[in-house]
Amino acid sequence: MGKWTRRGVITAGVVAGGALVVGVAIRPGNRARKLAPMVTEGDETLVSAWVKIDPENRITAIVPHSEMGQGAQTALAQMLAEELDARWEDVTFMEAPAVDEYANYMLGKGYLLGPAEVPEVLVGTLDGALMQVARAMRLQITGGSLSVRATGQYGMRIAGAAAREMLVDAAADAWSLPVAELTVRDGRILHEASGREAPFAEFAAAAGRMDPPYSPRLKERDEYRIVGRSVPRLDIPSKVDGTARFGIDAVVPGMKVATIKAAPVFGARVVSLEDASARSMPGVVDVVRLDDAVAVVADDYWRARKALAEVRIRWTEPDQQSVSQEQIFAQFDEDMARAVADGSGKTDVGRGDVSLGFAEAASMVEATYRVPYLAHACMEPMNATVAFDGTDCEVWIGSQNPLGTRYSVAGALEIDAENVTVHNHVMGGGFGRRATDDAAIQAALIAKAVGAPVKLIWSREEDVRHDHYRPAITSRFKAALDANGVPLAWENQYVDKHEPAEAPHIPYGIANQHIHYTDSPTHVPFGPWRSVDHSQHGFFTESFVDELAAAAGRDPYQFRRALLAEAPRHRKVLETAAEKAGWGESLQEGQGRGISLQESFGSIVAQVVDVTVEDGSVRVDRVVCAVDPGMAVTPDGLAAQMESGIVFGLTAALYGDISIESGAVAQSNFHDYPMVRMSEAPAVEVEILTSDNPMGGAGEPGTPGIGPALTNAIYAATGTRIRQLPVSRYDLGFSVDEAEEVI
Amino acid sequence: MIDFTVNGVRHSVDVEPDTPLLWVVREQLGLTGTKFGCGIAQCGACTIHLNGNPIRSCVTPVSAAAGGAVLTIEGLAGDGELHPVQQAWIDHQVPQCGYCQSGQIMSAVALLDNNPAPDDAAINAAMDGNICRCGMYGRIRKAIKSVAGVGQFDPKSGEVQHG
Repeated sequence: MGKWTRRGVITAGVVAGGALVVGVAIRPGNRARKLAPMVTEGDETLVSAWVKIDPENRITAIVPHSEMGQGAQTALAQMLAEELDARWEDVTFMEAPAVDEYANYMLGKGYLLGPAEVPEVLVGTLDGALMQVARAMRLQITGGSLSVRATGQYGMRIAGAAAREMLVDAAADAWSLPVAELTVRDGRILHEASGREAPFAEFAAAAGRMDPPYSPRLKERDEYRIVGRSVPRLDIPSKVDGTARFGIDAVVPGMKVATIKAAPVFGARVVSLEDASARSMPGVVDVVRLDDAVAVVADDYWRARKALAEVRIRWTEPDQQSVSQEQIFAQFDEDMARAVADGSGKTDVGRGDVSLGFAEAASMVEATYRVPYLAHACMEPMNATVAFDGTDCEVWIGSQNPLGTRYSVAGALEIDAENVTVHNHVMGGGFGRRATDDAAIQAALIAKAVGAPVKLIWSREEDVRHDHYRPAITSRFKAALDANGVPLAWENQYVDKHEPAEAPHIPYGIANQHIHYTDSPTHVPFGPWRSVDHSQHGFFTESFVDELAAAAGRDPYQFRRALLAEAPRHRKVLETAAEKAGWGESLQEGQGRGISLQESFGSIVAQVVDVTVEDGSVRVDRVVCAVDPGMAVTPDGLAAQMESGIVFGLTAALYGDISIESGAVAQSNFHDYPMVRMSEAPAVEVEILTSDNPMGGAGEPGTPGIGPALTNAIYAATGTRIRQLPVSRYDLGFSVDEAEEVI
Repeated sequence: MIDFTVNGVRHSVDVEPDTPLLWVVREQLGLTGTKFGCGIAQCGACTIHLNGNPIRSCVTPVSAAAGGAVLTIEGLAGDGELHPVQQAWIDHQVPQCGYCQSGQIMSAVALLDNNPAPDDAAINAAMDGNICRCGMYGRIRKAIKSVAGVGQFDPKSGEVQHG
């Protein structure tokens, strides 16, 4: 691993960041020459922008995604090493620097083309236009579960294959032998007939002078030796001995420490402050007033924190300060009703004619669901360290979007982005939160104000109250069933659409569908939250399908299965989860079993949850998860991501509730925004299905399905249908018999 | 001045006595393996040992450590050899983001020091104060059991074999 400076790489240290784009490696003309000064030192040779080979034949994969625990850096290195035919033991990785050359081309393309798969034939032929767009958008984001399926598939593999071909060409030149007679194994080039062989390193310099092939040959899946193996993650050893360096661990000579309090009501500003007593406290360097926040800078964190508590701040009183959570949900209802009345709603899916289905209905089912705002609550509170000498700026941070941070900080300081260097670090949780630059901008402004390097550390309270939240959402459904309980029509209206566009879509074969939405903006900041729109729509659609099954008097698994005749891949995932969980076996009294099916980020996930409801409290006994990601690069890593996504979604479903009171977030820390802990964590069993489909994502697809599988299980156990999360809102302390009467 | 040892090394620090041990360890002594998570003893990221007992260093004033012995994650490995709990964390591929893991490991070491073969209830009791936002509780449980000798970890199946 290495460390970026303005001039080049310093070996040792954590490197994060990096987005090298597909076009670079496979386009005519070797971008490596331009990038070389930034990523090489000494006698290392940059063979292509994604790979570095040193004189000891060590391979460094320069990965364009940051690490927040998802294991993508290891998976990407595997994909590169596979095509390169490297020896895995020789492979390490470093994160690419936050410079335009690494702007995330694939994400830019994803934004432009939407969820459509990029046809393989297009890969390698796309011209520079899309790359220019990506650069203009300043994208170097790790998100959307895209690392492996986009950057890996279209970047790392091609880089590895291109590097391999260049090395073989160089060896053929050096040995005056035909390329066809050379083979590659474990990082060495061999000429079987003569027994001649040499390591890659011998040809690295010559290869680096070559133009990369335009379209290198990629392996078929049955040729894989490294991809598909559960190799140990490369970043784990540093995370068991305290040596992993997170943003909060950055130390800069002469650094001061700041902590901050932003206006509790989103949109409020500082009117005035009384800071005399804070300024007189030991170690306090300065009190810095920003537009919407006040920071205390001291020689250590504790002194800054104590002094901040002594600052009296008067805030403006914007209209939003009267907003309550109830009003927000009421606003959603009004806006949805208005959209229906005046036809201003936007159509998401229009298939067939739902009015025909409704006209033929033997029975109708309607339900309204709500989910609250959610904070990310990354274990590492937001922080950033900034040094600014009036001309040049350095930023030490853990970011999902280091290139965006570079531009944001430059904008805040009114300097050229060329003068900003971002040192990215591993992240103590990202989940979408660290794609937003707020702490870095604050730290830059504070450092500028005090004229010294500043490390800004938010308190947990600040983190919970000033997140960019998964939005609160209302979603309303109406469906028609025929006399046999077969759904004829599915209508769904919801508020607030972000990404991915297909999140509210269903895989079920229902002929008439009308899915539509209306905007209903609030003053609460939005941010992507693990699985983004899927996090709510998975709950909505899979709850309502369950309600349809109940209304039809059918088993919820068989009901879904019958609707998947045209979706065999989904059906197989559903069947696998049901079979592995023992669906249909009888359960103890108080137990219930629920099921869900959700495709997201190119992976299909089915979950079966077993719960026990006792004395009104829910215990999750077991989760069975079947996932079809196309192919798992690192099966154990994929399983770990499913386990992780499930616990993340379980916390949200059971407890997650950020509510707005008087315009501000009511919660503040883990005592009132609780997390699932060891004693509540269920056993999670993951079954991976391999198919020939394109690789799907891993970091997010585990999250959407756990909520509905859980609430469907609670329904099975108690007869109580959970239509508003979190579950902790409900009193489940009544018997099954009483519940049936309620229905 | 407040005197205590950290990982066997004697230190004297000149800070306000109410300063939490967490910030003294991180900022004064430069041992950044111990993490700040919540500041109110709710998440366990700051767990270290004081005189052999696991404590939440974010709410423990440095004055409470006077004359005492502090052990942090940096002091766990001896002579370049990882502590068995650290090795188990690697074997089971426990960490994801890794931020909570110093605290998790310190809690697990303290548990095993006092109870070499903890059952599930004992693991729950000892580990419930440590939040893992990446949700790696299942792997933590398996890793603890593998060290405890309650079960043997089989890397092939990824399961702990009992009996």
